Amino acid sequence: MPLLEISHLGIDFGGLRALSDFNFTLDQGELVGLIGPNGAGKTTVFNIVTGVYQPDVGDVRLAGKSIVGLKPFRINRLGIARTFQNVRLFGGLSVLDNILIGFNQSVAHGFVGTLLRSHAHQVEEHLHEQQAIELLGAFDLLDRLHDPARTLAYGPQRRLEMARALATRPKILLLDEPAAGMNPQEKTDLMNLIAMIREKFSVGLWLIEHDMKLVMSICQRITVLDHGETIAIGSPAEIQENPKVIEAYLGSPEPA
Amino acid sequence: MLHRRRAPGWAVNTALLALVIALWFIGKAFDKNLDPYYLDLLLHIGIAIILAVSLNLINGITGQFSLGHAGFMAVGAYVGGVVLKHADPHGAAVPLVFLGLMVLGGLAAAAAGVLVGVPTLRLRGDYLAIATLGFGEIITVVLNQIESIGSYEVGGSAGLHNIPIITNFFWTYLGALVCVVVVARLVYSAKGRPFFAVREDEIAAAAMGVDTTFYKVAAFVVGAFFAGVAGVLSATLSGNLDPGAFGFFRSIEIVMMVVLGGSGSITGSILAAAVLTLLPEWLRALESWRLVIYALLLIVMMLLRPEGLLGNRELWWTRRRMLAIER
Amino acid sequence: MHIFLQQLINGLSIGAVYALIALGYTMVYGVLKLINFAHGDVYMVGAVIGYELGRWMFGLAVPLYISLPVIFLGAMAGCAVLGFFIELCCYRPLRHRPRLVALITAIGVSLLLENLFQNPAVFGATPKNMPRLFDIKPILSFRTGDSPVPVTINNLDVISLCLCILIMIALSWFVLRTKMGLALRAVSFRVDIAALMGININWVISVTFMLGSALAAVAGVIDAMRYHVEPLMGLVQGIKAFVAAVLGGIGSIPGAVLGGLLMGLVETLLKGYLPGGYSGYSDAAAFFVLILVLLVRPTGLLGKPVAEKV
Repeated sequence: MPLLEISHLGIDFGGLRALSDFNFTLDQGELVGLIGPNGAGKTTVFNIVTGVYQPDVGDVRLAGKSIVGLKPFRINRLGIARTFQNVRLFGGLSVLDNILIGFNQSVAHGFVGTLLRSHAHQVEEHLHEQQAIELLGAFDLLDRLHDPARTLAYGPQRRLEMARALATRPKILLLDEPAAGMNPQEKTDLMNLIAMIREKFSVGLWLIEHDMKLVMSICQRITVLDHGETIAIGSPAEIQENPKVIEAYLGSPEPA
Repeated sequence: MLHRRRAPGWAVNTALLALVIALWFIGKAFDKNLDPYYLDLLLHIGIAIILAVSLNLINGITGQFSLGHAGFMAVGAYVGGVVLKHADPHGAAVPLVFLGLMVLGGLAAAAAGVLVGVPTLRLRGDYLAIATLGFGEIITVVLNQIESIGSYEVGGSAGLHNIPIITNFFWTYLGALVCVVVVARLVYSAKGRPFFAVREDEIAAAAMGVDTTFYKVAAFVVGAFFAGVAGVLSATLSGNLDPGAFGFFRSIEIVMMVVLGGSGSITGSILAAAVLTLLPEWLRALESWRLVIYALLLIVMMLLRPEGLLGNRELWWTRRRMLAIER
Repeated sequence: MHIFLQQLINGLSIGAVYALIALGYTMVYGVLKLINFAHGDVYMVGAVIGYELGRWMFGLAVPLYISLPVIFLGAMAGCAVLGFFIELCCYRPLRHRPRLVALITAIGVSLLLENLFQNPAVFGATPKNMPRLFDIKPILSFRTGDSPVPVTINNLDVISLCLCILIMIALSWFVLRTKMGLALRAVSFRVDIAALMGININWVISVTFMLGSALAAVAGVIDAMRYHVEPLMGLVQGIKAFVAAVLGGIGSIPGAVLGGLLMGLVETLLKGYLPGGYSGYSDAAAFFVLILVLLVRPTGLLGKPVAEKV
């Protein structure tokens, strides 16, 4: 049974059919891509999967159980984490605090312990700090530990968002255009980072991206969306040859 | 590398207990020897601290802009005042009754907090501010209308008078201490960090597993609880209750304390509560222009330093952390 | 039937005044996304100016067709200037700050105006009555079968309704047919893009403030004639008018008018029909309506919902 299974997903916004009959599976450890021209509905898929939107038709199943209708925070607790197209960090909070919030659901002690500063509380706070530092180390963010997240440069901000998402210990990580606005060097670093994530954390990775070179070189499988419809699914090589994909991106040749 | 030595919880708790005992002795000394004018001022500052810190939890820390805090205070004040007047305790019963009333007033106000927090979950920014303003005013109007409930006198628009004056330095500052310790320990912890996350970005917070509904309502409940406690303390300080005194203007006074001290800074709220309670006293000489100056100060403060005295930092943070924020 | 019709007329008359004030709230919110807490107090200043001009006119004993325009236009001009300076000094410097900072500043301005005018050197806290430039007389009255007392429409009702309608027409023409009106709508829609299109944002915002304040002045003068003048009159009327703006859809000009008239009707009908002991609760009516609207349909009757992009 696939870890994430989407069947016949569809949603309308007013008169616009943003997504229709979308199907998808993802297993642990896979790295899959979702591409398509702007406005194709890619982020909409992510938003439905993470509970921000409710679909009009179709189902999303995590480890066999339907998660449609659940609130976003519940879905995260069940194991799906994401980053956002426009970075959504907790800007006024420090880098460290951003990660620590990611640990919010794995707190063993309760409010009484918190108010009394019980031994359990102190121990867990220390433990979380250590874990946060370890995570930030893997993402090379240790030099800006106490700085407000919004003072970070763009690249580090994106890394922080990924680290924060991983702090929630997900089974599946959705990355929404992680390479947006990056220069070639940063993109190479990103590819290495994603490779590191695959190695260190056993998560299924699902990627929305516009950078074809990146997608083709790291994704095992790619789904192509255009105007809400799936026009191709396959390996990078297959997708590159697919005439419908080419047409969606470049348009069809003009009559001579 | 990051090591921040944490004092063991039991050590700090013991110190706090010692502080409470010290407060009792100080209270006794003040009650006997301090000039009543200064004592009265100190009590007002104590109440202001509770109001400011509790509102800061809602406004500054959780980012839910509430303009009806005085309404919660009113609920606590009236529950406390009405019951106290009816019960009229004497002698050894007084401290027990007082403690019970503070809890009762707090709980009643907390219930009001749920009533306000739940329906307004979907509202943001300006709309939330106006809705809380509306709730505050409704509470005032309702209190104006109720003459009595059963055999309990409430007073209506004429107000409630002759409430036994049983508060003192100890109770007031015990309340303030509990409020500050509870709020500070709550938010600066693993369980409390989500309050800040809700303020920063609700959607991201939810995506990181934070039950934003719970935290928003919790902020209102805890904030309202302490506002209610402050209400009881206030009712037992003045002996009188007037529904009109808990309206929009009172709420704004509390908002000013939070803003002046710095939204999101607990120590800021404490400082500002003291300053803004003392200020009208210092301005007394200006008599009829006093409130005009007050309003001008608010405007000037917003124009020149909207982040307030401490911004969203605490006095006790390490230098390194403060430097990082300066950058 | 008689009560209903009379309350209907009263309600529309009062509602027209709410509409005038509500327009100021809604226009400013449209361009600045700011709830101008000080707007109710601008209305109060309009009433005060009207009062002072009224006393002057009364002393000069000029005919009504001179004194009334002078009073109205004088109050409008005075408030327009006031509105201009409030925006310039208190809101413009904060335009790039978080909106709540401007909100708190607006509250400060409101408190400043209220306390300034409460000072005996300026106006004083006791209510004062407008001098009797004309008597409030019924213009039209008719009987309904069920009561010996006729339903009356008096001259103040007519003035208030007529002014409201005239202003509505003028404002619609302004917003829909003039270049400045187009600029106003552009700024309400997207400030940044309007700026890129070469629109002078500062000037548009100033004009909006001046217009809204002038309308509030008209409302102030009418209420000065209807009731009396006192420094805190802006508080209650301001809140009610604000609720009207929210009810109709904050940011929508027709919404403000609709909301204002509805608020006037709701309030008068409640006062008329609530049993004696409970009429005090009609003061809370405005707040009930407000919360109801915010919970059920925050964008108001004629407003458009704005979704947040995730």
